[in-house]
Amino acid sequence: MEFSVIGKHVPRVDAPEKVTGQARYAADYSLPGMLWCKVHRSPYAHARILHVDTSRAQRLPGVKAVVTGKDFHGWSWGWMPETRDEPPLAVEKARYLYEAVAAVAAIDEDIAEEACDLITVDYEELPGVYDPEEALQDGAPLVHEGREKNISIEYHWNFGDVEKAFAESHIIREDRFCTSRATKGYVEPPAALAYYDPAGYITIWPAKQSPYFHYRHLAACFKLPLNRVRVIQPFIGGGFGGTKNDSVAGDFCAVLLSKMTGKPVKFVYTQEEELTTSRRRHSMIVYNKMGAKRDGTLTAVQTRVIADGGAYTAIGPLTMYLAGFATTLPYKLPTYKYDAYRVFTNTPIGAAMRGHGITHTRFACEIQMEMIAEELGIDPVQMRLRNAIDNPKPGTMYETINKVTLKTCGIKEALNTVAAHPLWRDKDKAPQRRDNISWGVGLSGTAYLGGARQRGHQSCGAIVRICEDGTVNLLTGATDCGQGSDTVLCMIAAEELGVRLKDIAIKRVDTAYTPCDPGSYGSRVTILAGQATQMAAADAKRQLVRSAAETWEVNPEDIEIKEGVVFVTTDAQKSMPFSKLARIACYSGSGAVIIGTGYSGYGVEPLDFDTGMGNGGTSYSFTAQLARVGVDMETGKVQVTDFVIAHDGGRPLNPLGAEGQNEGGAIQGLGQTIYENFIMDKGKTLNPTFLDYKMPRTTDVPDIQVIDIITDDPDGPFGAKEASEGSIVSTPPAVVSAIHDATGIWFTELPITPEKIVKALKEKGDKKGHGSVREAKRMKERQET
Amino acid sequence: MKQITVTVNGTVYELQVKSWATLLDMIRDDLGLTGTKEGCGLGECGACTVIMDGKTVNACLVLAPEADGKEIITIEGLSRGGQFHPVQEAFMEQGGIQCGFCTPGMILSTKALLDENPNPTDEEIRRDMAGNFCRCTGYTKIFESIKAAVRKGDT
Repeated sequence: MEFSVIGKHVPRVDAPEKVTGQARYAADYSLPGMLWCKVHRSPYAHARILHVDTSRAQRLPGVKAVVTGKDFHGWSWGWMPETRDEPPLAVEKARYLYEAVAAVAAIDEDIAEEACDLITVDYEELPGVYDPEEALQDGAPLVHEGREKNISIEYHWNFGDVEKAFAESHIIREDRFCTSRATKGYVEPPAALAYYDPAGYITIWPAKQSPYFHYRHLAACFKLPLNRVRVIQPFIGGGFGGTKNDSVAGDFCAVLLSKMTGKPVKFVYTQEEELTTSRRRHSMIVYNKMGAKRDGTLTAVQTRVIADGGAYTAIGPLTMYLAGFATTLPYKLPTYKYDAYRVFTNTPIGAAMRGHGITHTRFACEIQMEMIAEELGIDPVQMRLRNAIDNPKPGTMYETINKVTLKTCGIKEALNTVAAHPLWRDKDKAPQRRDNISWGVGLSGTAYLGGARQRGHQSCGAIVRICEDGTVNLLTGATDCGQGSDTVLCMIAAEELGVRLKDIAIKRVDTAYTPCDPGSYGSRVTILAGQATQMAAADAKRQLVRSAAETWEVNPEDIEIKEGVVFVTTDAQKSMPFSKLARIACYSGSGAVIIGTGYSGYGVEPLDFDTGMGNGGTSYSFTAQLARVGVDMETGKVQVTDFVIAHDGGRPLNPLGAEGQNEGGAIQGLGQTIYENFIMDKGKTLNPTFLDYKMPRTTDVPDIQVIDIITDDPDGPFGAKEASEGSIVSTPPAVVSAIHDATGIWFTELPITPEKIVKALKEKGDKKGHGSVREAKRMKERQET
Repeated sequence: MKQITVTVNGTVYELQVKSWATLLDMIRDDLGLTGTKEGCGLGECGACTVIMDGKTVNACLVLAPEADGKEIITIEGLSRGGQFHPVQEAFMEQGGIQCGFCTPGMILSTKALLDENPNPTDEEIRRDMAGNFCRCTGYTKIFESIKAAVRKGDT
């Protein structure tokens, strides 16, 4: 099919505002008479709150109001009705270090901060629990009373007879893998400006990637009907899941303080507050058991996951679901068993982050497959191709043992593409060792979901309004937090309507006008809001075509609109600009309203948390990746020089944007593979600055090549699937395999820091550093001949 | 309070600033130029990068009184008469922007780099831009934007 707009390299629609400094983020908003909110936080990771004294803070000149946990009257919140365990401010206990306990509103930021210091709280310090495996032991301190063994969520899923399959396997491996506690790492800290006006309406400008979650939180917290909560979406300085999907203490407090004072109230967290208190990626301990036949065919996987959930449940039920359900992708798996435990600890809350759940368990499975391939003497590409799911023929589906269904699957094509790349093909041609540096190349083949489901209410709609001059306003509830979805949605509307991209203007979320939408997570926007936009545009187009048909007295079926021109396919004489048709249609009668509406029908079945059966997403992306690294065998420093990413995202609607997503996801994945981890000591984050935490900078990143594998999925607008999370799943195993190739060591605990590499090399007794896999093989071959 | 005279984007301002206020506070709060962003407040992320007397600085690390007599360029001062600066154009065309929060700092660092070194090597680009942190792009498209800006400078 020939497209006019789709598939073109298109600059972002918001680029002009962003390059001129005109794009306003939450912290850039202010109102006359505005007060500043600051949050007082617990100095203990686990302590009973005996008494909160705010009198000195209240007496400080310039302070207008102070709130404590009791002011929320026992209200608490959570992702599911049965997991609402998190209060806006701690009431009876503080469950992690720096949990919010009180908040103040003052005439300026300095006074608000000083007032926070004047709040005194009597605590009874309690023994804490900081390690999820210790938290599961009998007698461990309980983070939440009545929650035995600190279990927040547990799933036990069985698909087929793994015991029988293991008994019949030629080889079985059992390994322990560990992933790091990583931060989202966006540059814009949480912030909002809130106004609870005297008429009883809340208006808030918050940094949220899921503004409608926040909208419901505020309505529930302040017991208001939804039409009295207006969330106006500023530009968002990065999301990546977790904190900006949810609300933070500052949000609830700013609204309550505004209600109490009648003034607008603003808060902006410091980056230290963000890094010590906000939601972070769960770290997971993955006990993985994998069986295979002599030829490498997989027979069974049994996975037991213990995840550090931190102090509250948050979105944890979905994290554990995702970590389990996708293990049957992208390789054929006849039997599978999953036991998951999300465990409370006295640490900041574990939640969603890009590559949600899947990045942990896929890392474990990928590395274990590599280990098995090595033991069996099978080439890693052949091992994967032997097990990879075939691309279903058009009109058919592949179904996994847990009833995940695929209509397209480009994993084999992606694997073959990277295997034919010179980086992989010619890797033996250059010497592997030069001076202290040992070079390695690694490969991975992974999957991710797009169009994530949640508990049922997906509610993703779009409105296309035709202006009388032929320009178009597009309204959706979707949030572009940087990924480029506003641009893609405009492209979809332009393609479907047959107008130029520059004729479409998209408005950001305003819950008073835009349709409800769960927001940006689970790579759902392009697929779901994209489908809604396509339908809304088609609806508007139908109305316009009807008007043209009446004007020309022809059949509507004979009318086409392309690149801003309306014409009759059967009569070359009949043609007019789109702007003229818009005028005719809008001016008919006493003022026709040409508005198209649509909503997505994808992913409406709720997730089955009890059995893990069924789809977690609408469609699935597949990624094969190469990584080339140089490991300094004396210092353990890893230098990553190249990534090649072959990605089946169905069809990239805006290749410029899709490439940028693949690149960004891969570099975030690189961070958590070799640098990133919160270093914790009894609940205290020891590296709460960008400098100490260490994320990739310009000097750390490899050259990246992205290759599109086109599969045109039928369940996506114009064939599109996921584009923004696949590469954060494919990068860690590719880099770990490359480090193994360079050092001969399988690292199973992320991040692989220089210390770990030096220690492992020492333990291996490899002083001369001949440990690289291919050098060792060469030496063995030399000895044999 | 300190009285200072500072030129920002070509306009001379006489300002009363708190002695502990930063240049970033002055730009954002006193002048209302919110294009300059605060990411960390510690000089680690470069989101608050502005050009002071031709050199890039982290505005969060400079005290407002130190800006007395200085000439400052912020992101708002780059496009003139509705015309984008070539560096702005390059970032738009090459996809060097995602969330946009680091973008003002990235663009000003690029401008300062190319003013001093109009034809930097790849290595020089990476080293010079290391003070500007971006979590979204993975930097590839930022490098491509800078190289495109170099080409625009050549023509």
